[in-house]
Amino acid sequence: MSALTSRPTAAGRLDAVNRKRRNAKLGWNLLGLLVFVLAAFPVYWMMNTAFKPAKDAIDPKPHFFPWPVSLENFHRALNISDFWGPVERSLIVSASTVVIGAFIGLLAALAISRFAFRGRKVVIVGILTVQMVPLVAMIIPVFLLLNQIHQIDKLSGLVLTYLTFVLPFTVWTLRGFIVNIPKELEEAAMVDGCSRTGAFIRVVFPLLAPGLVATSIYGFIQAWNEFLYALLVMSQDHQTATVWLGTFTTQHGTEYAPMMAGSTMMGIPVVILFLLVQRKMAAGLTAGAVKG
Amino acid sequence: MSAADTTTTQVPPPRRHSSPPGHRTGRPRAARRRRFTLGRAATPWLLLAPCILVLVLVLGYPLVKLGTLSFQDYKKPQLWGFKPATWVGFDNYQAILKDHEFWSVVVRTVLFAGSAVILTMVIGMLVALLLQRVSGWVRTLVNIALVASWAMPVVVAVTVFKWMFDSDYGVVNWTLSQLPGVDYTGHNWFASGPEGLSVIMLQVVWGAIPFVVITLSAGLTQVPKELEEAARLDGADAFGVFRYVTFPIIKPLVVMMTTLSVIWDMGVFAQVWLMRGGHPEPEFQLLTTYSYEKAFGVNDYATGSAIALLTVLLLLGVVAVYMRQMLKIGEVE
Repeated sequence: MSALTSRPTAAGRLDAVNRKRRNAKLGWNLLGLLVFVLAAFPVYWMMNTAFKPAKDAIDPKPHFFPWPVSLENFHRALNISDFWGPVERSLIVSASTVVIGAFIGLLAALAISRFAFRGRKVVIVGILTVQMVPLVAMIIPVFLLLNQIHQIDKLSGLVLTYLTFVLPFTVWTLRGFIVNIPKELEEAAMVDGCSRTGAFIRVVFPLLAPGLVATSIYGFIQAWNEFLYALLVMSQDHQTATVWLGTFTTQHGTEYAPMMAGSTMMGIPVVILFLLVQRKMAAGLTAGAVKG
Repeated sequence: MSAADTTTTQVPPPRRHSSPPGHRTGRPRAARRRRFTLGRAATPWLLLAPCILVLVLVLGYPLVKLGTLSFQDYKKPQLWGFKPATWVGFDNYQAILKDHEFWSVVVRTVLFAGSAVILTMVIGMLVALLLQRVSGWVRTLVNIALVASWAMPVVVAVTVFKWMFDSDYGVVNWTLSQLPGVDYTGHNWFASGPEGLSVIMLQVVWGAIPFVVITLSAGLTQVPKELEEAARLDGADAFGVFRYVTFPIIKPLVVMMTTLSVIWDMGVFAQVWLMRGGHPEPEFQLLTTYSYEKAFGVNDYATGSAIALLTVLLLLGVVAVYMRQMLKIGEVE
């Protein structure tokens, strides 16, 4: 560069800075869009395959838009094998797990967040440790236990095992929500003549309800998505939805288009539920994490 | 420690965040403390009883059983009750530790989980930092995509990845073949262990990143802007600001996420099992599938248990780090 052009005016310099900043922003945005495409691609590809005519789905040259839209694959998925049976079983198991888990978990969460007692710390450490036990490692003794108490191939047996991962997590998250509700509110109710239980039911519970719902939905999703124990505990005739999808290939060769339709039916409701509660859950789960 | 001591030290002090500061003022602590010591000592234990009962039955008992099983001879006859289980001491462990296959599975599992964790954390961190710099609408788009992929049931995600990497009709092979001089038509990704495991790892990382990004993003918003600005004014470059200002603040979160990722990635089972159609070949075996196969494939429950227990031992160090971090958080409350 020559000496003549190397002395820009103040305005020119500001312009250059602005332009540089705008360009940087554009670059970041493009990078962000790339991340979006990569993250969303599998979900998009699943739905794209599910909604196009079966013969387009297995064209070696991929069609990037499901046009014409067709429900052929969904019909096929529903006809190949019993779909609603597994879904019903999954719903029963997940709902029971969550109802029992939320009730028992709420009691326990109250105990560790609203009472001071000897051994409270031990209980908290216990619940955190339990959360860390890799369930895959426990599958053999759990199977033998269920075998002993005659719960193999029974939905109740599955509910019992699902409680092991739903409970600790429910207790820990509900505790997070409860400690965020000021004790002063409860105390005010008690000063006004409520019993301790009354104060809880009338004051704490309504405030806790959104958190309880979010935790329950999250637990529901966890139970709905579980695969390993469902595979082991339930027989082929009583399989749950995840196992139904997982074993889809082995029974009928690889029919990917109906499989994607099945995946869509199983995955999309979960994604929508999750979108609804995610923000609330993130607040409950990470509360206090940074400050630690 | 007397009962009174325990009570006073363990009354959780009020939390300082996530609720309006107005709630926290006034009210001498002594009054609150008195109220809580008045509660009968049995009440919390009654409330805890059902939870503890369930956990002891379905988690505590099996955990003990896992230990005892690994020192026994326990196969099909014992399962059906035809024969009592006999104690064999360390025989199972000796057999496993002498087995070359076991060691190659260990190495494979550690490599697999290690790479998956590093990839997850590095990419997750970069994306979280990127999200701070993009426009609002881009951030919203990325967040929706991340939450959607986070919520996808593992079985569904694995099925979709299997389809994308299909040798004949897979979109990945087609896309790669569009590059000049590359022909991946009909390429079988699962012909070799390392390549197949890389695809599986890609799925694991894809599924794990959203949780890391969303949590780290939440953490990053708590980093005071003034601190970063001050560092910048003092002449720190972007990396310097991250290294000396941002990172130390979110470090507890990073430690927590990393330990969780290690535990999850060491426990990968469904991905391998499903991608290999229920019968992972020897070069695809990880500790989890290996233990499962020993137990339910050849009905050697004792050996399977011993392998599972060794896996847990392998994880203990990591879990200890996590516990320490969580306890620190617990103490703040």
